Amino acid sequence: MSQQSLNAPGGGPDEISPEDETVTGGQTFASVQGTDDLLDEIDSVLESNAETFVRSFVQKGGQ
Amino acid sequence: MSPAHRDAALTTERVMGIETEFGVLHADLEERSRAGAGSSILLSHLVVGSYALLEPAEGERGRRVRWDYGDETPLRDARGFELQRAAAHPTQLTDEVRDAHVPSVELDAPVTGPEIAPEGDDADVLAWASQRSIGNAVLRNGARWYVDHAHPEYSAPEVTRAREAVVVDRAGEEIARRSMEILAAADGIPEVALYKNNTDGKGASYGTHENYLVDRDVPFERIVEALLPFFATRQVMVGAGRVGIGTRGEEPGFQLSSRADFMEAEVGLETTLNRPIVNTRDEPHADTGRFRRLHVIVGDANLLEESTFLKLGTTSLVLAALETEQRTGERILPDLALADPVAALRAISHDPTLRTTVELADGRELTALQIQRAHLEAIAAAADGEDAETSQVLTAWGEILDLLERDPMLAASRVEWVAKLSLLERYRTRHGLDWSDPRLYMVDLQFSDLRPGRGLFDKLRAAGAVGTLVGPEEVASAVTTAPTSTRAHLRGGLIAAHEQHVPSAGWDVITLAGPAGGHRLRLADPRLGSAAWCARHGIDPTDDLDTVLDALRRAVTAS
Repeated sequence: MSQQSLNAPGGGPDEISPEDETVTGGQTFASVQGTDDLLDEIDSVLESNAETFVRSFVQKGGQ
Repeated sequence: MSPAHRDAALTTERVMGIETEFGVLHADLEERSRAGAGSSILLSHLVVGSYALLEPAEGERGRRVRWDYGDETPLRDARGFELQRAAAHPTQLTDEVRDAHVPSVELDAPVTGPEIAPEGDDADVLAWASQRSIGNAVLRNGARWYVDHAHPEYSAPEVTRAREAVVVDRAGEEIARRSMEILAAADGIPEVALYKNNTDGKGASYGTHENYLVDRDVPFERIVEALLPFFATRQVMVGAGRVGIGTRGEEPGFQLSSRADFMEAEVGLETTLNRPIVNTRDEPHADTGRFRRLHVIVGDANLLEESTFLKLGTTSLVLAALETEQRTGERILPDLALADPVAALRAISHDPTLRTTVELADGRELTALQIQRAHLEAIAAAADGEDAETSQVLTAWGEILDLLERDPMLAASRVEWVAKLSLLERYRTRHGLDWSDPRLYMVDLQFSDLRPGRGLFDKLRAAGAVGTLVGPEEVASAVTTAPTSTRAHLRGGLIAAHEQHVPSAGWDVITLAGPAGGHRLRLADPRLGSAAWCARHGIDPTDDLDTVLDALRRAVTAS
């Protein structure tokens, strides 16, 4: 299955309509502005060198 | 309700619990790169020792309640509990406890000397603890907090409801956070980062196991047959999501489950290699004549509370259906045997559009959503509609399947893999990344970082982008107070009130060192020792120890 299909219609929660909010039991999603802030914040907490970070995340197997 | 009707009505109520092995790393990136996985055992001991020995809320500094593996010959007494005179004098009890006789947990060194940490600052106590490989403690919330293989593990106290399981599971996250804080504040001790995830993306996996007490009368073959299609498909609702396909993430992409690629067999005893979808480990820590403990290793570590809630709630209902089928002889669950359950588990995990179909043994092709829907409908028809939690589980189960059917991305506030994928897609779009970019693997890893201010799931929660089921006060209380519904209440209550007189405890045993000698209390039914049971027998764990022991003796005699 191609990962391209993840971009199929529907989009992310930012594009949700009021009708959809009712369906999900009234739970509220982050606003578009909130989403941008969140991505900014994520950029600020993520390590600058992703490759080193990912490579250094090594665990021993468990159960 | 007539007894027959009540007997047939399914509820979520059952003795159950969750164990979580945390990912453990140096917080310092340079040290992390230098040490690799080589320091994971040391770091795990520091994590366990820091909270067990130094957290003020856990009582006297430097002292812990040691883990008791229980007896090799389980208690089969129909009463289910007894109080034995311990062989040793109370002053010797500490040294009589064998912490290390179960070979699968090899990290608690044999003990020869006193077990109370020496005087000194936090770093001195931690150096002592790691040198002595202190790898086990029982906490006052009734949990076991220990080193398993090369990971710190939190075995949450036993509960009887899915919501309770969420509360004690979240308490484990807080305990992990507190241990990181203690280590960060100690001079000369490595700072540690803990992750609530299941793989390093390089071939290593560590588990989040569920445990369910099941009526021994249900044949194990029937349990396996019923659980394979359910476990292969429940990930659409409760998967945690993962970047990378394959045990080493060798193929770029996103998948629903963090454990699917590590499952290699349908059924088996192993948990560290050739891992099975249905595990046959059967140590009930209870009367083996009446109970089986179903040990489930296929599930993901969940941060989203509703995912944990539904994982436990729906699985408990499936087991209730099996027990009722056994009693009534009438079939409840749908017949959906898969042609190849291991292949189906992976195929479903690898398709976030949820359109993949899997082949049934009878030749039909169904999607995971159709298989889950069939389970929901069969269980709803036999469930106790008046039971509040059961209704809540069934309603949420249906709502989430509806959302996933319309468009999986609509479930971003309620399904963990969708929450993660939604974040990844937005991040990917902003920076124009393809799925092989290490930044996406990093987002996946940082999603489950438990350090305050670092974990991306926490940021989603703080932003209101994912729902919650339990309040922070309730979680804080569960860090130091045991659940009331099981023997964890008596275990945790006695530890909280009489830590110095409880040298050790296990799931089904508590050793009490009273003024007039030692006693070993065995509880072969996890519901014995609950708050209700204690009240019925006039046992108040906060009373002075003689009074508690008198009440326990009366309870034994009266049984």
